[in-house]
Amino acid sequence: MKEYPKPKLVPVPTTNIIPERDIGKSPILECRHLGIDFGGLTAVGDFNMAIGRTEIAGLIGPNGAGKTTVFNLLTKVYQPTRGTILLDGQDTHSMTTAQVSRAGIARTFQNIRLFNKLSVADNVKVGLHNQVEYPLWDGLFRLPRYWRQERVAQERAMELLSIFDMEGVANTPAGSLPYGAQRRLEIVRALATGPSLLLLDEPAAGMNPSETAELMDNIVKIRDTFGIAIMLIEHDMNLVMNICEGICVLNFGQIIAKGTPEEIQADPAVIEAYLGKRKEA
Amino acid sequence: MKGLFGKIHGLKRTTKVDFATYAGVTIAFLAVTALRSGGHLSRSLTGMLVPICCYIAMAVSLNLTVGILGELSLGHAGFMSVGAFSGVIAAQSLQNVIPFAPLRLAVALIIGAIFAGIVGALVGVPVLRLRGDYLAIVTLAFGEIIKELINCLLVGCDSKGLHILFNVKGSLSIADLNMGPEGFAIIKGAQGATGTQTIATFTAGYILVMVTLVVVLNLVRSRAGRAIMALRDNRIAAESVGLNVTKYKMMAFVISAALAGAAGALYGLNYSNLAASKFSFDTSILVLLYVVLGGLGNIWGSVIAAAVLYILPEALREFADYRMLIYAIILILVMLITNNPLLTDFFDQLKKRIAFYLRGFGQKGRAGK
Ligand SMILES: Nc1ncnc2c1ncn2[C@@H]1O[C@H](COP(=O)(O)OP(=O)(O)OP(=O)(O)O)[C@@H](O)[C@H]1O
Ligand SMILES: [Mg+2]
Repeated sequence: MKEYPKPKLVPVPTTNIIPERDIGKSPILECRHLGIDFGGLTAVGDFNMAIGRTEIAGLIGPNGAGKTTVFNLLTKVYQPTRGTILLDGQDTHSMTTAQVSRAGIARTFQNIRLFNKLSVADNVKVGLHNQVEYPLWDGLFRLPRYWRQERVAQERAMELLSIFDMEGVANTPAGSLPYGAQRRLEIVRALATGPSLLLLDEPAAGMNPSETAELMDNIVKIRDTFGIAIMLIEHDMNLVMNICEGICVLNFGQIIAKGTPEEIQADPAVIEAYLGKRKEA
Repeated sequence: MKGLFGKIHGLKRTTKVDFATYAGVTIAFLAVTALRSGGHLSRSLTGMLVPICCYIAMAVSLNLTVGILGELSLGHAGFMSVGAFSGVIAAQSLQNVIPFAPLRLAVALIIGAIFAGIVGALVGVPVLRLRGDYLAIVTLAFGEIIKELINCLLVGCDSKGLHILFNVKGSLSIADLNMGPEGFAIIKGAQGATGTQTIATFTAGYILVMVTLVVVLNLVRSRAGRAIMALRDNRIAAESVGLNVTKYKMMAFVISAALAGAAGALYGLNYSNLAASKFSFDTSILVLLYVVLGGLGNIWGSVIAAAVLYILPEALREFADYRMLIYAIILILVMLITNNPLLTDFFDQLKKRIAFYLRGFGQKGRAGK
C-alpha cells in the first residue's frame, strides 16, 4: 500500500482544525453553525468546519447522515435555515448556485448529472463557460474572436481530459460513457470551472479496487497541480483514511467527531455510529 | 479539387452536417427555380413556394425552443402572427419612403423579427424564471390572446403617418381613423390585412431560410448554444458550473420568437388578404408536428419534414376524399419509423451494410490503381 504524507492538524478558532502548512492563510471555507430543516426533520444540525487552502478533507457518516445535504447547502442548491458559510472570507448568504460556482466552489454529484446528449469535450467546455468567454454576436456571426476562443476552449478541454486519459472519448456523447468514466468526467467538468474548492460526492462509488487506487492518486495529483482544496464524501474507508488529512464525521445531521484519520479510527463515537452500540452482556 | 475534399474531410462531423444542410437547401432552391423558369411547375405548387419557405423557417426556429432549449411551446404561430401584421404595417406604410420592393421587404422582415422578439421577451420574462412546464400553458394562451387582439386592430395610413385604433367594443370602423382622402386601410379588424402589396418572393424565402439556419446552427455550435443545451440536459448541473439559467432560456426563446416573426412577415406579404385566424392553435401544432417528426434538436430534419409535410396534402389532392386519411397514415408511419427502436435498429443495420458495401467498392477501386 502506498503511503501518502500525513500533516499534523492544529486547532484554529471555533473548534476547527486545518493542516499545519495552511496556517497563516485564512481557510478557503468556513461553516459556522450551518443547518437546514426539512419540515420537522433537522437534516443538518450545527455544522462547524474549516478547510485549509490545500487540504483534502473528508466528510463521512452512515447513510442518510446529511452529507450530501451539506454539499447542497455549500452550493446553495438548498438555502440554509441557519448559520453562515464563508468562502474565502466572503459570506455566500445572498448568492445563487451559479454565483457560488463563479466564486470558486465546484462539485460533482452522487447521482451523476452530466449533459448526456453533449459530447465529452462539450461537457468540459460548458464547465469552461466562465473561463473562456466571448459575446453572443461573435458566435452568431463567427467573428475572429469566436474562432480564437473556441480553439482555446478546445485546447483547455483536451488538457483537462488528459488528467484521466480521456482525450480518446472526447467526441462520444457523455451519456453513453461507462459509469466510472462518467464519474471522472464530472470531476473534469468541475475542474474546468477553475475552482478553489472542489466538492466530490462519493467519487469512488461503483469503482473496483484498482480504479479506486488510481482515483486516489488522481485526487492527490489534482490537489497538487491545481493547488486547491478538496472536500470529499466517501463510503470507501480505505480511500478516506489514505488520502484525507482532516476528517469530519456526521451522524443524524450532527458532527460527532473531527480529526486525523488515526483519531477518527480510534474514536468510540464513530465506531458506535458505524457499528452500533455494543450490548452490555 | 483534391485539396478541397481533403479540407472537407478534416472538418468536424457537426460542421459537415451544417454545410450539407446549407448545400441541400441551396441546391433545392436552384433546382426549383430552374424548373419554374422552364414552366414545369404547376400553378398550385408555384403558389406554395413562399409559404413552404416560411414554414421551414418556422419549424427550424421552433426547434430552437423545443429541441435545443427543451421547453414546450404551443403558441409559435402567435409570434408568426405578430411578425406578419407588424411586417405588413411596415411594408404598406413605407411604400413611398422605400419604393424599391426588395429593400422594403427586408425592412419589413427585420421589423417583424424585432416586434416578435419583444413580444417573446414579454412572454418569456415571467414564465422562464419558473421551474416546471409553465411555458406550454402560457404560450398556448398567448397564441389565442394575440389572435383576439389583432382581430380588434384597425390600422390605416395617410400622409400624416400611421393611424391605429383599438376596437375593443366592436363599434368602430375604418372611418373612425379620421384619415385624409389619400389614406388607405392596412388592417381592418377581424378581416385582417387587406389590400396588401404582395412583395414576397421565392428568392426572399430562400434567403429567410438560409439566415434562419445560419443563426440557429451558429448559435448551437457556440458557447451560448452549449449553455442552452446544457441546461436542457441537466438544469442543476448547469447551475453548478455557473450558468445563468434564466439568461440562456430567454436568449433561446427570444431568438426563436424573432425568427418566427421574420417568417411571419414574409408570409404576410405573400397574400393581399390575411386574417389573424390563419395563425391559430392548429398552425402552432402543425409546426410542432414538423419539429417532432423531423427530430427534436435535428435542424435539417425540421427542414425536410416541413417541406415534405407541407406539400404532401396538396400532392394527395388527386385522391380527393381519402386525402387526409392517407396523410394521417403517412404521419403515423413516419412516427413509427423515427421512434420505434426495432425499426431504427433495422435502418441502422441497413445504413451500416450500405456503408460497408460502399467501402468495399472503394477499396476495390483503389486496389485496381
Ligand atoms: N429535499 C429534501 N427534502 C426532505 N428531506 C430531505 C431532502 N434532502 C435530503 N433529505 C433528508 O435529509 C437526510 C440526509 O440526506 P442526505 O442525502 O444528505 O444523506 P447522505 O449522508 O448523503 O446519505 P448517503 O450516504 O445515503 O448519500 C435524509 O434523511 C434525507 O431523507
Ligand atoms: Mg449522499
